[in-house]
Amino acid sequence: MAQAATRHAKGDLLLRLSDVSKQFGAVTALSDIELEVNAGEVVALVGDNGAGKSTLVKVLAGVHQPTTGTIEYLGEKVTLDNPSKALELGIATVFQDLALCENLDVVANLFLGHELAPWRLDEVQMEVRAWTLLQELAARIPSVREPIASLSGGQRQTVAIARSLLLDPQIIMLDEPTAALGVAQTAEVLNLIERVRDRGHGVILISHNMEDVRAVADRIVVLRLGRNNGVFTTANTHEELVAAITGASDNSVSRRTARKLEATGDVT
Amino acid sequence: MNETAPQKQPATKLDRADARVRDDERIAGAARIFYDRVRSGDLGMLPVIVGLLIISTVFSVLNPVFLAPNNLVNLLFDAAAVGFIALGIVCVLLLGEIDLSIGSMSGLSSAILGVLWVHLGFPVPVAIAGAVTMGALTGLTYGFLRNRFEMPSFVATLAGLLALLGMQLYILGPTGSINLPFGSPLVRFGQIYIMPMWLSYLLAILPGIILVIGGLRVMKRRSEANLSSSGMNVVVLKAVVLTAALVFAVYYLGKGRGVPWMFAVFVLFVVVMDYALRRTKWGRSLFAVGGNAEAARRSGINVKRVRLSAFVVCSTFAALGGVFAASRLASSSQQAGTGDVNLNAIAAAVIGGTSLFGGRGSAWSALLGVLVIQAISNGLTLLNLSSSLRYMITGAVLAIAVIVDSLARRSRASHGRA
Repeated sequence: MAQAATRHAKGDLLLRLSDVSKQFGAVTALSDIELEVNAGEVVALVGDNGAGKSTLVKVLAGVHQPTTGTIEYLGEKVTLDNPSKALELGIATVFQDLALCENLDVVANLFLGHELAPWRLDEVQMEVRAWTLLQELAARIPSVREPIASLSGGQRQTVAIARSLLLDPQIIMLDEPTAALGVAQTAEVLNLIERVRDRGHGVILISHNMEDVRAVADRIVVLRLGRNNGVFTTANTHEELVAAITGASDNSVSRRTARKLEATGDVT
Repeated sequence: MNETAPQKQPATKLDRADARVRDDERIAGAARIFYDRVRSGDLGMLPVIVGLLIISTVFSVLNPVFLAPNNLVNLLFDAAAVGFIALGIVCVLLLGEIDLSIGSMSGLSSAILGVLWVHLGFPVPVAIAGAVTMGALTGLTYGFLRNRFEMPSFVATLAGLLALLGMQLYILGPTGSINLPFGSPLVRFGQIYIMPMWLSYLLAILPGIILVIGGLRVMKRRSEANLSSSGMNVVVLKAVVLTAALVFAVYYLGKGRGVPWMFAVFVLFVVVMDYALRRTKWGRSLFAVGGNAEAARRSGINVKRVRLSAFVVCSTFAALGGVFAASRLASSSQQAGTGDVNLNAIAAAVIGGTSLFGGRGSAWSALLGVLVIQAISNGLTLLNLSSSLRYMITGAVLAIAVIVDSLARRSRASHGRA
């Protein structure tokens, strides 16, 4: 596609957060967060409940403003005042609840708020672009003229991801994209994430599911109680990750594993 | 993609590539789509057609005058004013909001017209502009209350109903009624002006021609873009049926006085509104906000502005409806816009297929629904029924319309249609 000309080469730095803190009154939701996202890379953001993942996503989506710290985007310092500012800059977000209009068809949802020819909607052109986009993602949507209400959960997720790509963003953030999906649909979405990465976008993936994270992530950034708690790769073991997330090597997960091993008499 | 090899057309259309999609082309395909829709609760215009058939059968059995050409001409004269109000309420219903003050707004507007024109001696256009401006201001107020204070529109407009009625009584003063000059063009427009027959016939065949030409153009563009289209047979069939129906209607009305200009103007506004709702970004955003306001907001749509615009359009059309009603009755009175005007307009939109739950509807629903409502009202008048009975029957019709809407909505939900 022609738009790919503006795409950055794989490995180029797209986004850098330094010392980002966010306070809600007396509560420090984020403190001194460092995060880098490169082009053509999937960065997984993991952490327990209350680790600050969602707050960080909202800061990047322009929903919240950081209390202190700087956000550098494509080498320039930026402020994300509101959601549309983030969109304009090229940071797209797929929210957990997808935010689709069930009464409208796939084409209308993809182009919602960004319709071609506002005074004489160009349905043909929009439909063609919708098909092109969905085909690039190898998405399996039977018809783009059906209302969203008739689609399955995985298909809706696909539409939501496709919509975030419509404006050709540099970075796409996915908040728990597989939380509500079945096995096959999860695999589809993971494929989709890899295809998006291969197109040269930077991807930020927020997930509770370690299996999914390890399947697609290039780097795994762990947050704990609003702070950075290490950067891992898929080379690290599951135990190391869990230890970083929970903050101790002796945690409920490791104790549970140990108990199970004992029960099967497999203790070494 | 395709741009690189335009000479080599792939065998399958872009939107027919998936094996799960049935190839619904040609007339049989269109018929199948229609059948599926109705079964799953997407009733479209079916209730209107069934309703009109039942109404005309019952009333013409009770009183043969009902189907007489001149009675139908009168019916169309009467339908225009309520139709305008219904057309406005469609915008607000699409958002899932409601405006209960449209009746009072039309009454106030007719009062403003009377006072400015007859009492204060302003020219008619200025008086109309005054009335319409009042409508726009009222809509702005509702939009502001909804956006700024999150006031539910049903409460805000219920308050507005009283306030506007009060204003209407206040400016009409103790006499309570102003007669508009009979010889004036505005009153003749509401009572006498009839379109010449040649023009009526011309306008009757125009939609068919536009349908065919537009259909051809869309087909050409879609096949160039490698998309499927419904096929020429379907378009031609639609055009032929539509043209036959319209020409017959004009012929039949022509046996009486003919097609009222007032109704033609109303239809013109319906066509414009239909375009605005279906083919503009504004219309699309109305549907989006009605379907899922939060999703619309996150897509970058200014939800508050969309809401404001819908309320303004609604009240403005209600004011225009009031002007039409005044010209039809040749008076501005304390009774204008009271009684069943409010609910008739809302019922018309709902019967025509606009959902009270937001996100579904069309401009045509105002036209079709108002024909049903007006046919009932006209038939009951012919039977010399008292207004007590008329109110009860209209109330029952509205209840039935809302029940049909709710049931259809439930069925759509279970069939995976929004």
